[in-house]
Amino acid sequence: MTYSFRFDPIELPPEARELRQEVRVFLQQEIKAGTFSPDGGKGSFSREFSRKVGAKGWIGMTWPKKYGGHERSHLERYVVVEEMLAAHAPTRAHSTADRQSGPVILRYGQQEIKQKILPQIARGELCFCIGLSEPNSGSDVFAASTRATKTDGGWLVNGRKIWTSNAHQADYMIALLRTSPSTKENRRHGLTQFLVDMRTPGITTRPIINLTGAHDFNEVVFDDAFIPDSHRIGEVDMAWKQATDELAYERSGPDRWIETFPCLVELVRLVGEEPSERLAEGIGREIAHLATLRRMSLSVAGMLQAGKTPMVEAAVVKDLGTNFEQALPDKVRLLAPPGGDLSPDTNDDRFERALRYATLIAPKLTIQGGTREVLRGIIARGLGLR
Amino acid sequence: MNDSTDNIIVDTATRILQDLCEPHTINEAENGIWPKALWAALEESGLPLTWVPEELGGAGATLADGFAVLRVAGRFAAPLPLAETLMAGWLLTQAGIPLPNRPLTIAPVHADGRIALGPDGTLSGRARRVPFARNAGHIAALVQRSGEPAVALVAAAGLPIGQATSLAGEPRDDVSFDGVTPEAVQPVAIDRERLVAFGAAVRVQQIAGALEKILEQSVQYALDRVQFGRPIAKFQAIQHNLAILAGEVAAASAAADAAAEACAAPEIAVGEIAVAKVRCGEAAGTGAAIAHQVHGAMGFTYEHSLHHATRRLWSWREEFGNEAEWAARLGRMVAARGADELWPFITVGS
Repeated sequence: MTYSFRFDPIELPPEARELRQEVRVFLQQEIKAGTFSPDGGKGSFSREFSRKVGAKGWIGMTWPKKYGGHERSHLERYVVVEEMLAAHAPTRAHSTADRQSGPVILRYGQQEIKQKILPQIARGELCFCIGLSEPNSGSDVFAASTRATKTDGGWLVNGRKIWTSNAHQADYMIALLRTSPSTKENRRHGLTQFLVDMRTPGITTRPIINLTGAHDFNEVVFDDAFIPDSHRIGEVDMAWKQATDELAYERSGPDRWIETFPCLVELVRLVGEEPSERLAEGIGREIAHLATLRRMSLSVAGMLQAGKTPMVEAAVVKDLGTNFEQALPDKVRLLAPPGGDLSPDTNDDRFERALRYATLIAPKLTIQGGTREVLRGIIARGLGLR
Repeated sequence: MNDSTDNIIVDTATRILQDLCEPHTINEAENGIWPKALWAALEESGLPLTWVPEELGGAGATLADGFAVLRVAGRFAAPLPLAETLMAGWLLTQAGIPLPNRPLTIAPVHADGRIALGPDGTLSGRARRVPFARNAGHIAALVQRSGEPAVALVAAAGLPIGQATSLAGEPRDDVSFDGVTPEAVQPVAIDRERLVAFGAAVRVQQIAGALEKILEQSVQYALDRVQFGRPIAKFQAIQHNLAILAGEVAAASAAADAAAEACAAPEIAVGEIAVAKVRCGEAAGTGAAIAHQVHGAMGFTYEHSLHHATRRLWSWREEFGNEAEWAARLGRMVAARGADELWPFITVGS
């Protein structure tokens, strides 16, 4: 009996290697053109950039061509995503739709909606947000209570979603709504997924400013907002059956270990070509973690491509990855204390900017998209402990 | 789930070790009793010759096969120089020297070990903590001859050997080569750095195997052990600790895979081996600590077999460069390339 999780070795096919070079060239051109700044100085949300990425054919890459997709492999998609993230490209206007919302619509959406929405996502024209959390349901997703009540030709929605990233900029939300009470036998019963047009009358979005001072979170209030039945995604009351392999994508992608990477890059820049033994060792340790995580994350993409559903492996990647990226700024800070001997002069504060950003966002990394505690529960279940 | 794989060499190793590498065999080996039956079975299967080509009388299997065998040997805490004989076979083959009687071991193991071959044909120098030197028929030593690397095959009988042991109670002997005439010497295109890198790639397989074992033992123990009226596996604190352990095991396994691949490349990719030795060394420390915590006092006894794996983890992470040495080397590699080459360095080869 073996309890170890397998991460199949993966070799990227030649077309993925070529694609990587193509993406790097594109990103360099965009940086030169001033579309974005690799130190994040111009923000992470740009509809203009997303349209250019769409025009390149790099959104909805794995989807069928009849829905605007490009029928390429998950590994090719992986390469595009990691190159964008490593370069700090502003992908937020399309990344949620590309990663999560599009695949859900593709799999469970009604024909008319698939034909209308998916090509627009693939062109980089639509921004999505995800309506899961509520004031009284965070990690306990299936406790959602925002109601969708059947009405003539559709549903009337009442209630509140909270911590909704990008809701103020999104065109659509995929919302998890209560259509029936849960049952004694199945507490996850009674929820249904819907595609919600954010311009629908009765929807109000209010900003929640986070501790970095940025506006990312929102509260979204529904007051008799009407959703046509054609926008229902999947069977009524059966959403719990749907949230399966999409989570493997969400949990194992490069965004789960790369968020604070810029502070390591800037540390390497700061220490120069011949660092002290102590600095070299400190940097080397982090590289060892990063390189191993990337291998594991790529391996999950390979397993998905091979038609497997590595749910537990994806949870392992996210747990290890988010712990790594969260701990990184603290390691970097102790190697090169801000204001210390190595600190940059005032003309160039790329290092301190990257470190400050990484330190401030660190707390959220092990909360968003499934907390550390939820993930470890999933892994423990995978080990047969519960 | 059974232990059968699609690899006949791995299956053979698993079967032999399952049958003949029992906990008492490992304890006896620590007390100086050579595991004769186990070694005989391994010899008969040809496993110690995995990396020797058929024309030199070996099994002619791939590097990947040999690394997979070492993963299994690590899992079973095989208390004999299987890894060292494999490595010696690889080193001798690189130099075109036919294999003598086994078991074999190699020297030096530590980067500071220097052995030189003088113009009079005798060796000088010392190697510290050579694994299983007292059990070996021969030692394959990497030596310097007029500033060029060469492999010297040395009969172990009669060598001055200072006996010492690893944390796991395995022989790690100090060997003096002064005035010794080797049985054979051939030039080789492997320097000390490459030998240490290859050794690190070997040790990380054993570490990954031993980590798989302690995960298995810890999960089983948590399911069996009842406290406060229920199996301790039902407590969230235990579940989360085991989840962390599973993550460390998975990371070590992935890193060890990368190191094995790196050795199969035409030029050994030192960066990936550095990554693996650092990551596996860390996983060994974190993993062993969790396994012991889950096992409580029981796992701290000599009677329980947990220490067969954990003491080896603590010993293997130290050999062929520990985490600190490899991390510094990796950091220097990255710094020399510069910040803008960091991401290409991470994605190199893919």
